[in-house]
This record gives sequence, structure tokens and C-alpha cells, in this order.
Amino acid sequence: MSIRYREVGLDEAVELARNGYRVIDVREPSEWDAGHVAGAVLVPLGEVPQRIGEVVPDRGIPLLVHCAVGARSERAAAWLVQSGYTDVVNLKGPISRWRETGGAWEEPAQLLSPTQSRRYARQVLIPEVGQEGQRALLDAKVLLIGAGGLGSPIALYLGASGVGTIGLVDDDVVDESNLQRQVLHGADRVGMRKVDSAELTLRGLNPETNVVKHVERLGPDNVERLIAGYDVIVDGTDNFDTRYVLNDAAVRLRKPVVHGSIYRWDGQVTTFVPFEGPCYRCMYPTQPPAELAPACSVAGVLGVLPGIVGMLQANEVFKLVLGVGDTLAGRLLMLDAMGTTFDEVRIWRDPACPSCGEHAASTAAGDERLAAPVGRMSGIDVR
Amino acid sequence: MTTVRIPPVLRDVTGGSRAVDVTGATVAEALEALFSRHPSLRERVTDDGRLSRFINVYVNDRDVRYREGLETPVGPDDTVILLPAMAGGGG
Repeated sequence: MSIRYREVGLDEAVELARNGYRVIDVREPSEWDAGHVAGAVLVPLGEVPQRIGEVVPDRGIPLLVHCAVGARSERAAAWLVQSGYTDVVNLKGPISRWRETGGAWEEPAQLLSPTQSRRYARQVLIPEVGQEGQRALLDAKVLLIGAGGLGSPIALYLGASGVGTIGLVDDDVVDESNLQRQVLHGADRVGMRKVDSAELTLRGLNPETNVVKHVERLGPDNVERLIAGYDVIVDGTDNFDTRYVLNDAAVRLRKPVVHGSIYRWDGQVTTFVPFEGPCYRCMYPTQPPAELAPACSVAGVLGVLPGIVGMLQANEVFKLVLGVGDTLAGRLLMLDAMGTTFDEVRIWRDPACPSCGEHAASTAAGDERLAAPVGRMSGIDVR
Repeated sequence: MTTVRIPPVLRDVTGGSRAVDVTGATVAEALEALFSRHPSLRERVTDDGRLSRFINVYVNDRDVRYREGLETPVGPDDTVILLPAMAGGGG
């Protein structure tokens, strides 16, 4: 059987494309991404036999096939002719000169580098992520308060998934008793600063991650400086003082805070979005006494619990950065690992909240749906 | 019977029980029934005869502060949740 495809140069090819020839680009996706003929369809050479029938079902349609210089497309053209396509033209010439020859050319915005496209391929496939979403993750700056139980799983997954900047606030060093749950750290890191150990682990996992170390304890004097440059704050602290200090500053600077807390077999997760939903003080106006709030070091905590709660927090971070889905704003999710149950209660914005309420210094209009249905009752009497 | 969920920090008082079934037409009656079974819970949950400010009380998923407080009615299929703030972050 004689080969019956035609071979043309650039000038004629541009003309054919203008006159209705379907342009089939048989190069690889990475070449395509760097720029391609406007209106062309990408069918890499190796996929031509499987895919061409679906891309061009009508074998009478005139086809112009090309690659970079004309060698791969020659094989594609021969195959197409043998498969019954009746009008096949191969471009013999450098496609890099298509545009200067007067052909229409498209260069997609380069949101991701080739390395990034490969690394994040599985999540870029998700419609709600895509290249734009992955770009948003790479540009995101997330601050973790604490590089311990909750901070560990959160940092691992945020880093692996390409959150570009991860800030870590922690002034502690790795202790042997941390290792049962603080999976950022290992036995060879005992005595090392947690932020240094975390940086080693995160860089190993994803060399692209920008790890910013803040070797300090979050307090009233440094909180605004610490959180100001970040998009999302993740609260994995182990004491009430820090949680209230963080809450009040986050409300002032309007930073969303993803809240998680754990105790033995129990966990709580919610997301505070200032003025759109309640804040921590709306939920708990006053700090409880110490006996109601023992730390993990006293009460104990199951190793997997920060893992489960941390994953839920990381999921909240993704939705906040991507702007998709429903966050836990206005809902407190409660996990009971002993019974493997999840419950949730509604939490409301408190009009009397000293941090985000009507009379607070930083009051602003909020989401009416999340405002309390009636005024808060203070001092409920018990018989 | 109305179920009262006992938060982890108070389970030492209930012998480890995570939930206690009680009878009562309101949150106040349900709590009273709970205190009669576990007397030392009263001082942990109330302060000077009032519900402690550190503990939120929900009937199902609704905070009683935004309903009728302790007079919020409860039925046999309802769950009363006692929820103190929890601080732990896993150190």
C-alpha cells in the first residue's frame, strides 16, 4: 500500500490550518504546554492509535499533523492513512517558527513548572484544584502555632501537597516522649529544636517548601508580628493563654484560624473566620480553671488522635486557600475515638463577644446567618 | 430517657462513663437527675448555683444559651452535651 499523505512546508501548513484543516499535535504534553498552534488538539504519538478515533471520528476530515520538526508526525501521518483517514498532511518544518510564519499560536499561562506539574499531578486532576488551585497552594503562606502533636501531621501534609510557605512557631526541643505522636521528629532528633527538626523533615519531603522558623513562644507582645504575614493560621497550641491571645489578634488582623484540640481519646476541630463566623471567645468567653484543662503531658493523649484531628485541620486549610467547599466556620466538630463517632454542634457569633461583638474595638458587619438568633443569656441559674 | 454526654475531663466523676441516661423535662431537670447520680459533678459543672461559664450546654446541636437556657425542654430522644473548652494540642 502506497503512502498517500502529503508533505508540506510551514507556509502552506499555516494556510491549510487557516482554511479548516484540523491540526493534530503529536508532541508530548510538556512541549504542548510551552506553546502550541491555536485550535490544535494534543494527541501524543504513542496515543494516536487509541485516541484518534475519539478525537476525529470522521475519517474524511482533513488533518494537518505536526510535531517539533516533522519526524514523529511522519509516523503518525503514515498510520492515519493506513487507518483510513483520507486527507492527511504532514508538516515538515520547525513548529517553533509557526508564529513568525503568520500562524495563530497559543501560550498557556505557565502556572506550574514542569516539575510542579509532575509532583502535584494527582491533585491538579481534581476539578476544584486544577492548575489555578495548585498555584494558590504554592503561593499560600500558612502559619502553624506549635510543631508538636497537631503541628506534625498538618505540616507533613501541607508540605507534601505544595503549600509554598509553612511558618512554624515553637521554642521547644524534641523530647523522647514526643515521638509517639509528633511524627515530624525522629529518635535521632532528640534534643534538637523542633523547628529545626521540622525543617529537615519538610525539606526532605518537598525541597520546594519555604520553611520559616520562629523560635519563640507566641504571646501578647509578638503575636501580631508573627501572624501578620500569613494567610491562614493553624492553632495547635497546648494551653488556653496562647489560644486567647491568638484569637484576639487574629480577629484584629482578620486572619482565619483553624482550631484543633485533643485530650486522650477526644478531639475538637473548628474554623474561626473573623466576622463571618464566631471566634473562640464567642464559644468560650472566659478561660477555664487549670483543673478543667489539663495538658497532654498530664492527661495523656492517644498517638493517632493528633493525626486524625490534624488531618481535619489540614483539610480546612486547603478549603480556605482554594476557596471551595464548606469549612467548619460556625460548627464545632467533636471526635470520640473510643467510640469512633463524630458529632457537631452549632456555634454562633456572640453579639456581646469582647473580641468580635458589637462593642468590640474591631467590630464589622458579619454574616447574618451565623449571628446568634437571640441575645446571649448571661448567668444561667441552676437550681 | 435523655442522654447526657459527659466530656472527657469529667469522666473521672462518672467512673469513666461517656454518657448517662436521665429523666427530666428540661435541661435543669436532666442535670439535677445527673447530679443526684453523681453528686460531685455538681461542683464541677456549676458555680454558686449557676452553670459554670466554662462549660457550654447543648441540646442536640443547639447551644442552650441561645434557646431557653436551663429551661430548654428536652425529650427522650434528645442528647444533652456538656462541653468544656479543651486546650491540648499534643505538646
